Amino acid sequence: MKLHEYQAKQLLARAAIPVPDGRIATTPEEAEAAARAIGGAVVVKAQVHAGGRGKAGGIKVAKTPNEARAAASAILHMQIKGLRVRKVYVERGASIAKELYLGITLDRDRRRPVVMLSTVGGMDIEEVAATTPERIARGWPDPVLGLLPFQARALCFDAGVPAEQRNAVADAAQRLYGVYAQTDAMLIEINPLFIQTDGTVLAGDAKLDIDDNALYRQPELRDWKEVSPDEETEERARALGFSYVQLDGEVGIIGNGAGLVMSTLDAVKIAGGRAANFLDVGGGAKESVVKAALEIVLANKRVKSVLINIFGGITRGDEVAKGILSVIAQHPPAVPLVIRLAGTEAEAGRTLLEGAPLVSRATMDEAAKEAVRLAK
Amino acid sequence: MSVLLGRDTRVLVQGMGREGSFHASRMKEYGTKIVAGTKPGSGGSSLDGIPLFDTVEKAVAATEANASIIFVPAPGAMDAMLEAIDAELDLVVCITEGIPVRDMLTVASVLERSATTLIGPNCPGAITPGECKLGIMPAENFSPGPVGFVSRSGTLTYEIADALSRAGLGQTTCLGIGGDPVIGLPTPEAVRLLNEDPATEVIVIVGEIGGSAEEHAAEYMRAFGKKPAVAFIAGRSAPAGKRMGHAGAIVSGNQGTAESKVKAFEAAGIPVANAPSEIPSLVKKALRG
Repeated sequence: MKLHEYQAKQLLARAAIPVPDGRIATTPEEAEAAARAIGGAVVVKAQVHAGGRGKAGGIKVAKTPNEARAAASAILHMQIKGLRVRKVYVERGASIAKELYLGITLDRDRRRPVVMLSTVGGMDIEEVAATTPERIARGWPDPVLGLLPFQARALCFDAGVPAEQRNAVADAAQRLYGVYAQTDAMLIEINPLFIQTDGTVLAGDAKLDIDDNALYRQPELRDWKEVSPDEETEERARALGFSYVQLDGEVGIIGNGAGLVMSTLDAVKIAGGRAANFLDVGGGAKESVVKAALEIVLANKRVKSVLINIFGGITRGDEVAKGILSVIAQHPPAVPLVIRLAGTEAEAGRTLLEGAPLVSRATMDEAAKEAVRLAK
Repeated sequence: MSVLLGRDTRVLVQGMGREGSFHASRMKEYGTKIVAGTKPGSGGSSLDGIPLFDTVEKAVAATEANASIIFVPAPGAMDAMLEAIDAELDLVVCITEGIPVRDMLTVASVLERSATTLIGPNCPGAITPGECKLGIMPAENFSPGPVGFVSRSGTLTYEIADALSRAGLGQTTCLGIGGDPVIGLPTPEAVRLLNEDPATEVIVIVGEIGGSAEEHAAEYMRAFGKKPAVAFIAGRSAPAGKRMGHAGAIVSGNQGTAESKVKAFEAAGIPVANAPSEIPSLVKKALRG
């Protein structure tokens, strides 16, 4: 779950990492009032869950409250990477001497958090990592101990942080690690981390992505969640207990188990079609879950055929068949359904489906071919 | 022969709730030696003929259990894993899904300093067909034979094991290692175990997009492989940046792509199946040499 910059900065401020004075605004009038309250030059920043806001024109400097109002009216409701801007953050301008990068994420290979510090701030860190990896200093703290002072110092030496700022940057790194651990973050980033002309540090931007599996124990952050209109279907599916990802093809997909569903998507591609979605009903899905899943897939206007691929383990073929039949009984789908049932109670499921308006195939490959053919 | 589990494995079930006790019975039916269960507060009683204990330590002292399988829900799963590692069990399988990454990082840190092997979490478990089932997989899809099998996916494991069994290709041990980004037994380590197992004649490696475990497994086989292997990667058509069901199945930037994994296997001389249905014929070809 991604947080907005202003939300992430609230968490940084609580950990005593310096952040600029700022206010959130949803209208140009609010932005003007915010700029007046802050005083002096401000920066007006789009709050969307997407990178590259600056390049897209979503960040503007305003010298007066009037300029802040104009900047907000230009930024509000603009689209950045397909996401509509509904809020801007109005923030006091900083006097910047130097920009650093400071971030913490998961290193899967080492099974440790990795703390990254670089004097190449403000840039896309993936690009820095690809072109000049030696410019990024890395440290791998033991999660049981946290980021220790000597590790934070070592990062500063490795990254070439000037001696006068070393203590302040090391301190910020340790505090940031504290936020990372306390919020169950998958990624936390301050980019850029400003060194101001007076030598103090200040978080210029903040990115924070929370582990969805940990939201049960992060009630405050869970309440901060904002769902954009194009994520609503995925959110509804999650509430029903299955995972759904919207894609842009024409063959709707339902299956059980993430690996099997991914393979089904691949089979559709090999057969010359494109999947409209990824939908995993999970283990042991009952009739009602299968019904809800099919309804979600059919609600997508782009879907021209639906492929249901079930290999029953704890999921039972007869439960799947019942779910499909109840959808057909209520409102017969306008697009053809192709089903492949194998494993637990597959035979019982196929018997139930006899005579129903759908196509049954014995293997995943054959079912994918048929679904692609019917979508054309 | 097999790796990690066999006839002598003495199993403790941690979390004898509804799911735990259901699967305990299924494993027992298969022939697994289920010697104990833990359910704090129920020590001294028994369930379906399985003696219950309050703690893992007490269960091990009384029954000499050397392995455990965990069904404890996500909020308590880290504690259950740490309790099992503390009791110095040889093998721990964690079925639980939805465990926070921070908890798994803590477990991984403790695991590094122990002799315990952890399979999972978010996995179907492991099975040595005909000897021991330590998981939730439908047993009828598996049969004894020469194929060592490691997979990051659950249902896909059943699908492929079923296809192998139907083609007369039984398995030494099947390891369903789980789809999370941080797991106890990553693919390269599982491949190493199967490579060292004298009974395993060919290794089937089923991976998926995300992370670089498959690349490391391919490098390992290129340097130390004693036997042929066949691979399959799920998610070749998945878009970048989207989490495809498994928390570990996400492509970020150029990391974790199917292309990179396929290339690594091919560079190691390991054929990669385009679809799960191609795996049995590739395995037969590999066995013929």
